[in-house]
Amino acid sequence: MHLRGRRQVTTAGLAVFAVALAACSSSSSSTTSSTSTSTASSSATASSTPSGSGTINAAGSSFQNTYQLAAIAAFKSVDPSITVNYDSVGSGTGRADLYANTVLFAGSDSPIPAAEASKVPSGKTVLYFPVLIGPITLSYNLSGVTNLKLNADVIAKIFQGEITTWNNSAIAAINPGVSLPSTAITIAVRSDSSGTTQNFSLYLEKAAPSVWKLGSSSTIKWPSTAHAGAQNTGVASIIKSTPGAIGYVDYTDAKASGLSYASVENSAGDYVSPTPAGASADAAGATIASDLTFAAADAGTSADSYPVSYQTWDLVYAQQPNANDVAMLKSYLGYLLGAGQKLLPTLYYAPLPSSLDQQAIAQLSKITS
Amino acid sequence: MSATVQAGPATPAGPASGLSSRRPLGDRGFQVLALVSGLLVLVILVLIAITMSQQSTTWFTSEGWSGIFSIDWDPAHGKFGAMAFLYGTVIVSVIAIVIAYPVSQGVALLLTEVVPRRWAAPIVSVIDLLAVVPSVVWGLWGILILVPWLQAHIYGHVASAVNNIWILGNLFGFLNHNYVSGASFFTAGLILAIMITPIVTSLSREVMATVPTTDKEGAYALGATRWEMIRGAVWPHSQTGIIGATLLGLGRAMGETIAVALVVGASPTISSHLFTPGYTMPSVIALQFGEATVGVFRAALIGMGVLLFLLTIIVNLSARAIIGRHARRMGGAA
Repeated sequence: MHLRGRRQVTTAGLAVFAVALAACSSSSSSTTSSTSTSTASSSATASSTPSGSGTINAAGSSFQNTYQLAAIAAFKSVDPSITVNYDSVGSGTGRADLYANTVLFAGSDSPIPAAEASKVPSGKTVLYFPVLIGPITLSYNLSGVTNLKLNADVIAKIFQGEITTWNNSAIAAINPGVSLPSTAITIAVRSDSSGTTQNFSLYLEKAAPSVWKLGSSSTIKWPSTAHAGAQNTGVASIIKSTPGAIGYVDYTDAKASGLSYASVENSAGDYVSPTPAGASADAAGATIASDLTFAAADAGTSADSYPVSYQTWDLVYAQQPNANDVAMLKSYLGYLLGAGQKLLPTLYYAPLPSSLDQQAIAQLSKITS
Repeated sequence: MSATVQAGPATPAGPASGLSSRRPLGDRGFQVLALVSGLLVLVILVLIAITMSQQSTTWFTSEGWSGIFSIDWDPAHGKFGAMAFLYGTVIVSVIAIVIAYPVSQGVALLLTEVVPRRWAAPIVSVIDLLAVVPSVVWGLWGILILVPWLQAHIYGHVASAVNNIWILGNLFGFLNHNYVSGASFFTAGLILAIMITPIVTSLSREVMATVPTTDKEGAYALGATRWEMIRGAVWPHSQTGIIGATLLGLGRAMGETIAVALVVGASPTISSHLFTPGYTMPSVIALQFGEATVGVFRAALIGMGVLLFLLTIIVNLSARAIIGRHARRMGGAA
């Protein structure tokens, strides 16, 4: 009969609607602190051994990805009961995952911006654990020129499109005795958002404040003549294949691509080549806040500091719902800050200055359940 | 409820509400399952639209209508205008259609009118191979091989040749200082054209194959050449179907992400010069979402996803409607 048929259609429709509603309401994670079930799901429950056991899920900055991969592999022999997964999705998404409680710690190249402060659940504080420092090179492709020197003003003008040829008087003035060709300058930049861009622009903001107008962000509105590549490797390949190109590339990728890079003038007036030691010296001059945030860019005052350097942190909530998570975090983060720092030079990163490292290790005790 | 008339016993082609208790249990169960599946798809689509719009409201509230459609995309200074991306998406898709349409029509006509039936099937397989190539492979080939080659050997020469001609100079000339870029609107459109040609070709071919042989023979009997027969018998018959196929290709071109992101040049500018870098909506979402801070930046990217979603839905729905209308009119074709 029609009546019974209509009822069956209605039942089917209601069933679908109910399923959809249920899925909807449970996924709308409120910004208030989540329940312990969602955190427990990110780490397997296990027996309460002192170092904890289970899985740590982490995500964030691609800058520290190489270090995380090496540390995860080495950590297996240190503590086989803990498995760590690090997903290199970018600092912004990593922090968003931390707010949503889908990861235990997030890698981020910058502290939580003011716009995101409201996303941290009330009652939770975020702890910053710096893990490494690294230089950003100004790599270039100019045949016949091997020891290019640059300073912040000139770099700012180049990347704003105000200096367009290599034999410009501003560049010639700081490179006496070097014959610069009249080739046009092609600037190579990142097409994707990146912590590297953020910290490179931060350096220009701090070191050339009267010249640099494009601001500091993970995405910059470059001049329309800029050539954009994805990831550091994309920028590196643009520089390699374009005569007269200059761009900003992580030290690791510049070495891997065999690029030439410039020496940059630091605040002491010396022209320093990018090296891990120079980056560490730069970070040593930074003012460390009480929550261990700082900006390494142009912070160094010593003669050997390389000013275009940056840092990255692992962000963790101080208040953890269960003791196993606390034990696992202390174990793995302790490794990153301790024995793991020895891996950094082989990966072309710079280890933390020792005083900063000690402060970070001391901060581990603030993670409690 | 009015008194209902009981439907006849187990009429297979009965109305949907004929879930009569007279029908066997298997039939009823299957019908409920099919109904649930269909409704589920619709509900999922609607929920996607709703949740994405919810997450992008911050963009609308902080920018306002004029801000959303402004040309200025500058996250460092809090400016999130989407016009450059809308322009880029449309331009790149139009270039793709302009290049793909003649090629696909030519191939479709080749297959239906010119080539002996024996050879049609292998040629169709080759065309379909183009559709099988993953999008990221196109992007990689584009950025590693096509972009440098175009920049070094093609774009410069074309631009210097047409630089001072009236409209062509604006489209294909130099922007300034002899500047052309291999990663540009045109390259992205070119790669998209290669990617959508298989779809448009196969749909056009199917539509053209439904032209009644009597029409074609009639045209020949009246003394028409092959070209006149095509113009007079094949095209009028299959016009709406071909338009529908082209719109489907357009819908695919608009949503294509990774291939375009790698070769479009990532520069949010509006320019008539096609040999300069640009940006499209799917590309900016893919490239900038990872580092976008929670807040207006993220809401802006999600909002652009909503705009793209609406755009592709409209294009695809109109394509299906046109093809459907054609099918009904021509009696069950395509």
